[in-house]
Amino acid sequence: MRINTEEVDHVALLARLELTEEERVRFTEQLNSILEHFQALSEVDTGGVPPTFHVVDATNVLRADEVGPSLSPSQALSGAPDRVDDTFRVPRVVE
Amino acid sequence: MAAPFTLTAHEASGLLASRQLSARELLESVQERIAQVEGEVHAYINLTPEVAIAQAEAVDEARASGSPLHPLAGIPIALKDILCTKGLPTTCGSRMLEHWAPPYDATVIDWMKRAGMVFVGKANMDEFAMGSSTENSAFGPSRNPWDLERVPGGSSGGSAAAVAADCCTVAVGSDTGGSIRQPAAFCGVVGLKPTYGRVSRYGLVAFASSLDQIGPLTKDVTDCALLLNLLAGPDPLDSTCMDRPVPDYMQALRVDVRDLRVGVPREYFEYEGVRVEEAVSRAVWEAVRLLESMGARVSETSLPHSRYIIPTYYLIAPAEASSNLARYDGVAYGYRTERAVADIVDMYRKTRDEGFGAEVKRRIMLGTYALSAGYYDAFYQKASQVRTLMRRDFARAFEQFDVLITPTTPTPAFRMGEKVADPIQMYLSDVCTIAANLAGIPAISLPAGRVGGLPLGVQIIGKAWDEETVLRVAYTLEQAGGWSGRQAIALAEVEGRRAVVKAAAGGG
Repeated sequence: MRINTEEVDHVALLARLELTEEERVRFTEQLNSILEHFQALSEVDTGGVPPTFHVVDATNVLRADEVGPSLSPSQALSGAPDRVDDTFRVPRVVE
Repeated sequence: MAAPFTLTAHEASGLLASRQLSARELLESVQERIAQVEGEVHAYINLTPEVAIAQAEAVDEARASGSPLHPLAGIPIALKDILCTKGLPTTCGSRMLEHWAPPYDATVIDWMKRAGMVFVGKANMDEFAMGSSTENSAFGPSRNPWDLERVPGGSSGGSAAAVAADCCTVAVGSDTGGSIRQPAAFCGVVGLKPTYGRVSRYGLVAFASSLDQIGPLTKDVTDCALLLNLLAGPDPLDSTCMDRPVPDYMQALRVDVRDLRVGVPREYFEYEGVRVEEAVSRAVWEAVRLLESMGARVSETSLPHSRYIIPTYYLIAPAEASSNLARYDGVAYGYRTERAVADIVDMYRKTRDEGFGAEVKRRIMLGTYALSAGYYDAFYQKASQVRTLMRRDFARAFEQFDVLITPTTPTPAFRMGEKVADPIQMYLSDVCTIAANLAGIPAISLPAGRVGGLPLGVQIIGKAWDEETVLRVAYTLEQAGGWSGRQAIALAEVEGRRAVVKAAAGGG
């Protein structure tokens, strides 16, 4: 399985990354080398083996539905690069 | 009395309690040491002297007024810059967060404040904890105090270097695939990754959420237990932090292994593509023989799926990272591009292009690919199934053994720049530490002598929730083997190397 520069461009778009021409070429090469190394996994018989996504046994950890302390809007917005009043400002997304 | 900066936390704690030393004096001693060596080591991204002085003075005042104090009150700590500290920059080693100060504290930071610990500064790290050398820090690499031409390891390299160079009394790091233990081994200090769910991750900037765990880096095993006592315990703000009782880990520190069964997994000495150095194997076997001579029952064992450690981890961790790091989009916090943008997607892409370094981009790319349509089954799903097989390997081994003992790293610290251009070689330096993260089990690295003047680490891996046995074996080795990190530091006048430990010992 080899990945070409067009696929790298597609993955970069999915990942919301913009790559320079130099990065496109280097990442294509490096991702191929990494993925080639990772082909070893295909030899493992995993038939009927459930995946592990998490190692803790807990499911649906719940708490009482009570209001606790939380950040104020101005605290929550304190790190925003651009804001107006109590909102984040971003480039226009609807015309 | 030795210079206060050389003290362990348990030694300093005793002197503070008996008022032979004040928290202010201890802090000032550590700060003088930092002034002396930080220019060489670069263990910190930001020092926090105003905060530290206020904290130290508060402890001294509380003591003067007779208030009961925590054993760690007044102890100077280095905080890996991945832990959120309210109002203090928390950069994660990234341009993306260079000017960000969180509006809240991580749970462990909150608990340290309540205990009266003194925050020396935010320690250097590979960007977003992705790396094994701290060379991926956007703010420049840290250097290994034992040899300034070598890396301190990573990603908690700044924390490990700070402990080794006496630029703090204890440190805290995070470990996703070895990021506490590998730098601990390279710098000749003790580093523990607790069981997944033992320590709250609330306020730990997320890298790979099913693997990340916070833990101590210390000068000896006693300090490790002391700091774990503070860090461990349930937290309603982290639903994966389990509500289980926390033992007093200091009680586990006994020189006694007579009832223990110790396994040595052979795959950890012969991983394909990695040469485990002779001196490393020898150090592990010396530790094994020592335990055997003290009454432990020892035998070789096998963890058959170990050969898939690197591909499994380097698919799962980047996949989780690609999702976690989607939040850095120039909207809610952190960096935003200053270039003109055509639309919001263009803003995201330019922001992330400028804000992230090469390794972070590489892992986001790898993770996004592994999760993308058509490749999910072949990569992410497959790796997650192999992860199950690895957990079963450990479950089987722990039917026979109480602990497993392995090298922490295949080699001692490598040279700066040596592995930067070859991601696979860099990834392979984590081969001995990753499995404990995939299985969620505790593992400690402790100093096990030196080769060519460079520290070596031995790793002890235990059953889930059994930090006590891991600490007991480590303590036994430290006491019986004479391998404490402090002794190693005292022995640092080595073979004409430019080493900070040497410069200080020689009065420089």
